[in-house]
Amino acid sequence: MKLKFIDYINNIFRMIFRGKKLVKLGIYGPINVGKTTLANRICKDWIGEELGTVSKIPHETREIQVKEKVKIRSNSKELDFNIIDTPGIATKIDYEDFMKFKLSEKESKARAKEATKGVIEAIKWLENVDAVLVVLDATENPYNQVNITIIGNLAARNIPVLIVANKIDLKKAKLKRVQNAFPQYRAIGISAEKGKNMEDFYDALFELIK
Amino acid sequence: MLTLQFVPYTEIRDMSSLGRIRKLLNMAKENKIVLLEGRLNKEEEAELIKTTMEEINASFRGIELAVVNPNESDDDVFSKLKSTLATTLLGNRQGFTIIGPATVIKNIKRDPNKLQLMMKDATSKSSRSSKKHRRR
Repeated sequence: MKLKFIDYINNIFRMIFRGKKLVKLGIYGPINVGKTTLANRICKDWIGEELGTVSKIPHETREIQVKEKVKIRSNSKELDFNIIDTPGIATKIDYEDFMKFKLSEKESKARAKEATKGVIEAIKWLENVDAVLVVLDATENPYNQVNITIIGNLAARNIPVLIVANKIDLKKAKLKRVQNAFPQYRAIGISAEKGKNMEDFYDALFELIK
Repeated sequence: MLTLQFVPYTEIRDMSSLGRIRKLLNMAKENKIVLLEGRLNKEEEAELIKTTMEEINASFRGIELAVVNPNESDDDVFSKLKSTLATTLLGNRQGFTIIGPATVIKNIKRDPNKLQLMMKDATSKSSRSSKKHRRR
């Protein structure tokens, strides 16, 4: 009887907590690492619809995209997330790079202009997130200044970070190299495209939020 | 001709964040590769990227940036404490920063032990401009 009463009180508290807790989860990283693919995977897993379009042309995501109140469950826990997909952060944008993907000069210049605004917005949004997934391409060298600057800024703001080493389905992927580059953070290997290791990813996400 | 300009920390020590960013970015826009003694703080690094984005146009395509801080990997508490104290007293003068225009530096490759500056092929740029010239 006593136990049931305690459970009852616990449930009330859990419901109050559940009702209020909304985690603003930012997805950050350099360009073409699979941020939108991961955002799409999360949204598809939990609400059955995608968030944004993906492309091989760099800077496909040029505006912040938010999917509100995505309910995610892991083990017996459940939380609401606002999934915030951000444009890839870069220190340079050359419109001529877009022309290599058969865009016209006019289209390329317009895309470059939008992309610069996207990077600025992404940096500004660092103020508005509760936790961040820093997505890296596991096939690339992780000692990239953009990665270091993003993670350093999040650390300076005391924002919890989970490093997501994406594309681990590819032969060149080296999860250990990512883990060694940022030993003070948990780094989890996934393939957002193939849905590989997503269970562990959700567990790690809940570990990050607790 | 390629210019590598050394900037001692004393040159930026008393400047505001905005002033530091402006100085470094102006040098990069003059096609110089800047070797700064020490480093900007993390917020200044993010601000440098933002300011760079605001100024990108047809001729300025952005920057390549690498900050090297040898003490960052120190794990022991005493070293970290010593480094924090030194930063508080002397500023961020440990390590160094390389900033260069993206039209000159193609990429900076780094790992814990080395830094490689991959330069743009000057001939490809001149051939591109000569092609444009011919089209006119």
